[in-house]
Amino acid sequence: MFLKFSLRSVFYGAGGGNDIQWCFSQVKGAVDDDVAEADIISTVEFNHSGELLATGDKGGRVVIFQQEQENKIQSHSRGEYNVYSTFQSHEPEFDYLKSLEIEEKINKIRWLPQKNAAQFLLSTNDKTIKLWKISERDKRPEGYNLKEEDGRYRDPTTVTTLRVPVFRPMDLMVEASPRRIFANAHTYHINSISINSDYETYLSADDLRINLWHLEITDRSFNIVDIKPANMEELTEVITAAEFHPNSCNTFVYSSSKGTIRLCDMRASALCDRHSKLFEEPEDPSNRSFFSEIISSISDVKFSHSGRYMMTRDYLSVKIWDLNMENRPVETYQVHEYLRSKLCSLYENDCIFDKFECCWNGSDSVVMTGSYNNFFRMFDRNTKRDITLEASRENNKPRTVLKPRKVCASGKRKKDEISVDSLDFNKKILHTAWHPKENIIAVATTNNLYIFQDKVN
Amino acid sequence: MSNPKENPAEETGEEKQDMQEKEGILPERAEEAKLKAKYPNLGQKPGGSDFLTKRLQKGQKYFDSGDYNMAKAKMKNKQLPSAGPDKNLVTGDHTPTPQDLPQRKSSLVTSKLAG
Repeated sequence: MFLKFSLRSVFYGAGGGNDIQWCFSQVKGAVDDDVAEADIISTVEFNHSGELLATGDKGGRVVIFQQEQENKIQSHSRGEYNVYSTFQSHEPEFDYLKSLEIEEKINKIRWLPQKNAAQFLLSTNDKTIKLWKISERDKRPEGYNLKEEDGRYRDPTTVTTLRVPVFRPMDLMVEASPRRIFANAHTYHINSISINSDYETYLSADDLRINLWHLEITDRSFNIVDIKPANMEELTEVITAAEFHPNSCNTFVYSSSKGTIRLCDMRASALCDRHSKLFEEPEDPSNRSFFSEIISSISDVKFSHSGRYMMTRDYLSVKIWDLNMENRPVETYQVHEYLRSKLCSLYENDCIFDKFECCWNGSDSVVMTGSYNNFFRMFDRNTKRDITLEASRENNKPRTVLKPRKVCASGKRKKDEISVDSLDFNKKILHTAWHPKENIIAVATTNNLYIFQDKVN
Repeated sequence: MSNPKENPAEETGEEKQDMQEKEGILPERAEEAKLKAKYPNLGQKPGGSDFLTKRLQKGQKYFDSGDYNMAKAKMKNKQLPSAGPDKNLVTGDHTPTPQDLPQRKSSLVTSKLAG
């Protein structure tokens, strides 16, 4: 693996690049600037093999892309992702009893590991989780005795000979059907779903409660965390994300709006209101400001593939925690520290409440998260180098290496740098995903999905 | 927009990180002062229950007549707040009227990502 240095990286100082050279591969979605609300991408997720890539949007629709088999002749790039299936997962609903509008926006998609020919995923909006089965049909029966090919029934008296129907190949049809609907278990808005490593149960978390489900059972769910205070006036924090440990089926974590993460062990008790571990970085009280709590709110928590670490995303940084150490993170990476001096306007335009997600690469050596101006950031945990890249249609040529970006916090802006005041805060990258095995990443801008790959020589 | 004096002018660098953390307080405090100057009635509790309660009530689009009439009565007596969203108000004070409600319909159109 070569370390690539250029004059530019010397000028940028510690900013540098990392060893991977990222190239544009594909972009999906409309080109026009006028974005319909329904087209806003709300979640992106690779399946366990990386062959499938699912997106959910504000309109309640799911689009699944499939990687085409590697073309042996064109070995300079990996397979492209093409549309495999698309369906309407959730519809808008109205709860008349509470005068509550239920958005159809897909908050999360999680894939089940593949057990047979069909694929299964869980998708959820604010209130209802659905298990979808996606199956392929590439054969159809032909030669019925009592039916014509177009489906019309034949008059039995006209049948003179019998034949055995046979399966004939047909154009591939991918069908999605809802197999389970898990409803009516959440008073508040679901922010997370996570499938257990036992592949039989999963959890769903809303602002105040976490429920445990069995994938086969829809009429019952167990409440495992309840942080609702007896008196709602005493409410001080909400649950922001939750995830099962990748290997220990009894362990899960949930993060809060106050910047804490609680690890719970389901063997300890039925109701896991008392945590087994509490992860919190101590704060110097003299540093406290009006914004402190808001920017410490954790918007995403993800275990490493190894299960040894977990990563949290708060407004300005990404933190890596060792599960064996509760009192502080082992690594902290600044995503866009220059925004600290813009917090007033970011509070006014609500951007300070944006929920950025984060993800690990397959080997847990690099982490990635999004930012504004369609920038996204990667941090190499080993080399300690980081890079800022942009998802833009301007870098449209396949196999063109993306140019690193740099934001100028203050002072003189160098050529090719962009100043903080020129950043477009409407262009947010909240959702990113990394292929479980390869260096392929999916980055969602407001309504477009970008796929980048590392340069294959 | 930002005061150059209060921004750390250095680029990131390991040896400067400590100093930067200290100076990092100043931009945040300056921003807090700016916000308090614009919205003097902003709740004393930072972050605070009001903001959380509002988050929990997301989706409350419609109204019951009691809420509606109370809000109408309140609004007659005081001016609607200007200059940006007032984070202190929870549902009940800012009840939408039937005319303000957008039409709800599900998207039957295929996603443009699949196009």
